[in-house]
Order: sequence, then structure tokens, then C-alpha cells
Amino acid sequence: MKINHESTDSIPSSPMQPPADSHPGNPFVDLRVAITGGTSGLGLALVGELLNRGARVAFVARRREGVEQVGHRLPDAHGIVGDVSRKEDIHPITMQIVGALGGLDVLINNASDLGPIPLKLLGDTECEDFGRAVATNVFGPFRLTKALLGSLAASAREGRGAVVVNVSSDAALNAYPRWGAYGASKAALLHLSRIWDEELSQEGVRILSIDPGDMDTPMHAAAVPDADTSTLKPPEVAARELADAVAAVLSRRPIVQEAFA
Amino acid sequence: MIAANQPVQRPSNAKVLMVDGRGNIKHHVRSDLANLLRRGDVVVANDAATLPASLSGQHCRTGCSIEVRLAGRPSLAEVRQYSAVVFGEGDFRTRTESRAEPPTLNPGDQLELGRLRATVVRLLNHPRFILMRFEGSSREIWEGLARHGRPIQYSHIPTPLAVWDTWTTIAGPPVAFEPPSAGFALDWNMLASMRARKIGFGTITHAAGLSSTGDPQLDALLPFAEPYRIPRSTASMIEHAQASHGRIIAVGTTVVRALEHSAEISNGFVPPGEQLATQRLGASSRLRIVDAVLSGTHERGSSHYELLRAFVNDETLGRIDQELNAYHYRTHEFGDSVFLEKADNQMRSAGHPSVAA
Repeated sequence: MKINHESTDSIPSSPMQPPADSHPGNPFVDLRVAITGGTSGLGLALVGELLNRGARVAFVARRREGVEQVGHRLPDAHGIVGDVSRKEDIHPITMQIVGALGGLDVLINNASDLGPIPLKLLGDTECEDFGRAVATNVFGPFRLTKALLGSLAASAREGRGAVVVNVSSDAALNAYPRWGAYGASKAALLHLSRIWDEELSQEGVRILSIDPGDMDTPMHAAAVPDADTSTLKPPEVAARELADAVAAVLSRRPIVQEAFA
Repeated sequence: MIAANQPVQRPSNAKVLMVDGRGNIKHHVRSDLANLLRRGDVVVANDAATLPASLSGQHCRTGCSIEVRLAGRPSLAEVRQYSAVVFGEGDFRTRTESRAEPPTLNPGDQLELGRLRATVVRLLNHPRFILMRFEGSSREIWEGLARHGRPIQYSHIPTPLAVWDTWTTIAGPPVAFEPPSAGFALDWNMLASMRARKIGFGTITHAAGLSSTGDPQLDALLPFAEPYRIPRSTASMIEHAQASHGRIIAVGTTVVRALEHSAEISNGFVPPGEQLATQRLGASSRLRIVDAVLSGTHERGSSHYELLRAFVNDETLGRIDQELNAYHYRTHEFGDSVFLEKADNQMRSAGHPSVAA
């Protein structure tokens, strides 16, 4: 089986990206990208990074205030208020993404829920906290990707490439005590990514699971309040690495199987 | 026929009535459709997602409650300006034909539709058919439509439709006003089966408009002009199929309208790009591109039914109606399907030399 769980730790960091217009090989120019959880941490860094690389970007976040603040700072990005853990929000979010961008080439399912804060042993974890983590980390990416699959497959048929990135964690693979709700839900997302990638390869749609590594983000601070932040990766560096990983996949994308081949 | 009154897109017992070019009729299980097509066929579907095009609110000058149903757009990229049919107080539980009249509508009138604000630009030759323009940024308009709009409802379906009921599996750009419902038959499994059998699949985006307004005068104008876009990949797939005598199979009447309109203005070719379909298809239309159509079952007199007359003659349509009734086919958007091959005596010219030539 093909494993798509790529840790960007293994991808060498590149220096600051030159502007898009001096980079003819940049696959992000005019690419239509949507990012969930786009107002803080890695998501916010990705919005900035992909705009810099020439992409057209829509971002989603729960709080209107946060969406408006980011929209004010980055007026080229299209901000959408919505909660991916709510079934009722998925189609309104989808409609705004595809309506604003006119289609979609790359979806980055970045919004995540830690489960109980502070982190707890599984035996002490409330079902509701676990349920919220699964709703955000598994059902959210599943529903949003499913609703956007028509657009992604159309993009693949038109030769633009179609990539979904599900942001993962080493907690999806390793059994860290007190990370039960988060780790189990991220493990489910990882396996969903692997199966879906197998199923969609013939449609030309790639589903990647990428672990950006430990980052200095509000989520990390909530999980490990006393961490030494000097040992953590700045989210801007993780965003650059993740964008490079997507660029690599886009540049070696398979041609959609021709019916008449 | 029985009205399909549950919003289930692909019931396991869905049927398809197939009519070949000689008028022979057979009944099949619809999920088996991929096995009934031929290697080299190209299936073209409409990937428009359905906007929640019903907006309730009030007519500011009179304070009257209204429902606005967005009905058409001049181009796929248009966000601000729409044609729309306005209804008075009430909801979908009342048949469209029996709905209350809206207040008198004048150019310049303001409409308040949830968080959306709009102005009546002008009347379109009918007291409740208007051209309207939304205020605000395109971000605000998209958010307003996505959050406040409700799918256009059908009085034959007792429970309100949710937006996901109205989207096909392949739904992409949210530009249609009613679902391109023939596409409800498709799922990813069927597309994989087609690929395995070397059957091509492509999409167009066609902004399907309102199918019924409840007003005979307005219904006589249907279908309204509808913008459509043909992607490069679909155009080349059609060209390839024509050159190698593969059939072009349209999923839904909107695809027939778009492809035939394209051929009509481009001398029998289907180039990529966006156009506005304005023509009506009927018994006297000559089909230049489409060889067969997968469609829902439509009632006599509707514009969809008229379009089917371009494929088969009235004698065959009469026999189809009898069979649909005898075998209890379900009608309307969530019903069963028909698959009509163009009658053999409707030979086309471009790209397909006749065997007898």
C-alpha cells in the first residue's frame, strides 16, 4: 500500500521564496486553494505563504471576528465564517469556496480539535470532548472533501491537478499518554487519507496526510503550556515546507487515465 | 407514474427505461447503467451545484412578505444580478400555481432578504418576473446566499429539502437554480465502472434555471437563457469520440441544450468556452452532437418533455408513457430515468458518415 503520511520534517527547509512572478516553475500561480482553520497557527501562515506564491486563497474559521481581522490584513484572501465540525455548515462553506474561487485545485484540511484541555487520560476523557475531536478532525475533513470532490475531480480532468492535504500529527502513529482523543481521531484521519488516496488515484485526485511537526502555535501552547518554545518550529517555516511538499506532488502529478488509452 | 416523494437520489431499486434507435423498449436497473453503455461512448454530465435559490424576506415599500426565487443569470461569473420570480406570502406547501401574488413591483423597489439587500432593476415583461441586483461586496453576497438561501422546494415532497439533497455527487460550481437532477443517477462507483469499460466521462457547467414558475404565461417562456461552460478536456473528448464513431451521451436535458447550442453557433463543432444557450429544442430540432440522453421522466407539455421530442417521435413517446405507467416508474426529480437513443431516422451529418452512404 502507498503511504502518504509525509512528515515535512524530512523535507529540507528552503530559503525565503522569491516572489511568484520571478518563479515561472511555481505551480501555485493562479491555483485555487482553500484552507480550514485559517486564522491562527499553521493555517494563518499557510494563507500568507500561498498568497505570496501567487495562489488565489479562501480560508475558513469559526469566529467572525478572526476572519475579519485576517481579511483586513490580507485583503486578497477570501474569508469564510464556518465550523467544519457542523454538518449544516459544510455546504454553505463549500458554496462560498467554489463560488469565490470559481473552482478548487487544493484543499488543506488544517482545522483541528485537541479534545479535552488540559489533555486528559482516556479514562478521564468525556465522551463529548472525544466526539468534538472526531467531528472536527475526521468528519469535518471527510464531509468537506466529499462536498468539494466534484470540483476537485473537474480540476483534475482539466489538467490543473487536484490535491487534498489532511494535516496530521505524530500522535496519529505514536501512543502518547493523554493524547487519546486527538491521537485516535488523527489516526482515523490518516487511515481515511490513505484509503481515499487509493480510491481517487484514477480520478487524478491526490489525498495526502502531512505531519508538519511540533510548531509554536496556540494549539501547541494549549496542549503543552510549559513547552520550551525555542525548540518548536515557527508555523511560517512549517507552512513553507508544506507548500513545497504540495508543489512537489503537483509537479509530478499523474495524468488522469484516458478513457481511450 | 408515481410521484417520487422522498429526496433519495439513488434508491437501490431505481429503474431506467431504455429505448434504442429503432424504438425498442427495455427495462433495466439503473445502477447497472455503466454495463449498458459501449466502449468508446462518452458520457457528459452537468456539474453545476444548486444554489439555495429561494430567498424569503420582505418588500420594503409595502412591508409585505415575499419569496424571491432566483431564476437565471447572464453569465456563470455573475454574482450580483439575477432574473427572479417573486411570490407573495406562503411557502412550498402551497402548489406554485396557487401561491399568493406579490405586491406590485416597481423599478427601484428595495427587497430585504435576510442579511441580503437587493433592488428591483426592472420588470421582465411580467408583473412578477424581475431583474434584481444585490448590494454589498461579492463576499457578502456569497455569504448571504449560502447562509440565508433555501433550496427551491417541491410541493410533492412533504419534508423540506436540505441543500445536500439538491447537489449531485459531481456537483462543482454553485450556479444552477434547480438541480440538474438527471445527474442524481451518477456516483463515483458508476464513474469507476465506466472508466474500467473504456467509457469516457466529461462534464460541462450549465446554470440550469427554474423548471416551473406556476404561471402559464411565464412557463411558456421556459427554458430561460442559460449560460454554460465547456471545459477544454470535455471538448476534446467529444471531438475524439466523433472521429472514432463513439456515441455522445448527455446526462440531462441541460447538457443536450448546451452541446447542441454550441454546435449550432460553431458549425457542428463543440469548442471549449462559455456561451449563453437561448434556443428551445423540440420535435423539429436536428441533433448534431448528442446521440442519446439519460433523463428523468417528464410530464407532457413541460419544456423537458418537448426536448425529448428531438430524440424520438410522438408514437414512440406515447409507447414510453404507457410503459412508464404500466411498470410504475416514479416521476419528478428524485424518480426513475429514461435513456433515449436518437431515432435511427434522425441521422446526423457532422463526423458520422451514414452506413448507407
